[in-house]
Amino acid sequence: MSFASLREIISESQKRECLFWEVILQEDCKERNVSREASFETMRRMYQAMKEADASYDASLRSASAIAGGDGLRLEQLRKSKDTLLGTFLAEAVEKAVKMGESNACMRRIVAAPTAGSCGVIPAVLLTYEKQRGAKEARMVEALFVAAGIGEVLATSASISGAGGGCQAEIGSASAMAAGAVAYLEGGSEEEIANAAALALKNMLGLTCDPVAGLVEVPCIKRNASGAVNAVLAAHLTMAGVRSAIDPDEVIDSMQRIGKLIPACLRETGQEGLAATPSAKRIAEGLSSE
Amino acid sequence: MNIFDIIGPIMVGPSSSHTAGAVKIGYVARKLLAEPVAEAQILLYGSFLATGKGHGTQLAIVAGLLGMEPDDDRIPYSLRLAEEQNMKVLFGEAKLKEAHPNSVQLNLTGTSGRQLEVVGESLGGSLINIAKIDGLSANFSGEHPTLIVHNLDQPGHVAEVTSMLSHKSVNIASMQLYRASRGGEAVMVIECDQEIPRESVSWLSHLEGVNKVTYYSLQNDIVQNDILR
Repeated sequence: MSFASLREIISESQKRECLFWEVILQEDCKERNVSREASFETMRRMYQAMKEADASYDASLRSASAIAGGDGLRLEQLRKSKDTLLGTFLAEAVEKAVKMGESNACMRRIVAAPTAGSCGVIPAVLLTYEKQRGAKEARMVEALFVAAGIGEVLATSASISGAGGGCQAEIGSASAMAAGAVAYLEGGSEEEIANAAALALKNMLGLTCDPVAGLVEVPCIKRNASGAVNAVLAAHLTMAGVRSAIDPDEVIDSMQRIGKLIPACLRETGQEGLAATPSAKRIAEGLSSE
Repeated sequence: MNIFDIIGPIMVGPSSSHTAGAVKIGYVARKLLAEPVAEAQILLYGSFLATGKGHGTQLAIVAGLLGMEPDDDRIPYSLRLAEEQNMKVLFGEAKLKEAHPNSVQLNLTGTSGRQLEVVGESLGGSLINIAKIDGLSANFSGEHPTLIVHNLDQPGHVAEVTSMLSHKSVNIASMQLYRASRGGEAVMVIECDQEIPRESVSWLSHLEGVNKVTYYSLQNDIVQNDILR
């Protein structure tokens, strides 16, 4: 792992006179000893797999607990039936995020980004962007490299696991990665990519991981939708010129420190928070009595 | 870790540790057995036992034992496929001491009668550790070609193995030695940068004082591995 801070990536891009995403691609070529083409092609396969997962959503499937499934179709129907409150872009992003989260819970093939539980955020935002803004696929793949670079820093300097840092480390990381990717697609500079990631992450700090019955279902699936909306929001603020008062790398450090302060009962152990509610216990009992 | 551990892997959900990691443990165990599984006793431990059902952990392990990788969309149907292939599957609870919370013990019998006992741990993010083979410590990740030699604890066996590797131009990435007791059973676990020729692996197994040789190869999957890595 080469980059421990966003600052390093930005200064490398200045030194090498290339874009944020190219720095990440070059590092991958070095790290895995592969050609530029091979690295780009592997990332394109990831994007393709996200597309396939979205297209093959099956609303009839139910998860292990039998409570997750079918909401993606509800959201699709609402979006197609009228001009929704969220507007066309966010309505579709939210629908795709929920569909992907449900597919994951129902044992379909997805792309962990950065984790399986947070697999809906990045494809929701990027697939919607490609479709609605008519972007070229190659540019979407570049945006995935941007997301990967941000994720690499988060994994190195903080955490991307719910057990390690709470939900902020999963959905928060995914949202920050997606925010940077959208800022790039909107023509944002290297600094603006980092700023968008910081703004997104700040909104997610402190989020705990308290899944019902320890399963990647409640609240994870709907939180993917929240992470997707938050990512677009952060990119929107950034492109308007709104700046994070806290340096982006300091925001990442904060997430790491907060993660350590979150007690173990709220880090993917299914013991506290939502997992400890009467509703959650009913769901858990239903699961074990089968 | 590389960027395709961040964007990726492509996997069947819902959990990288309880599903994808579980498939991988089964997959590595199947390769170590080096023949199709006729009977598998799958003994779950810790969180695998407690929340495995909701995460499809059982289905995932059986899928791996059938030779599927974590992105195989047939994973949810693995029990039915096992039945179709006459693979007998029994589930139970593992009695392990101080094991990783996501652990499974696999007692495997191959179609030719070869037996193998593997304890695998899912470390998170679909990374795994093969902790034990036939009751002896192993500790390898399945990311490299890996040679496991069970031998009598007597002078010369390490030299025999390493000189063979040197002769075949195989570089050692990591090497571990364990023994149950002085002069008793010992084990070498060697992770390599290159594949070891099959005939060399089989040559080792015929040496005096060598009880069992197990080899984990990345071959046959090189194309797919490059996509997933």
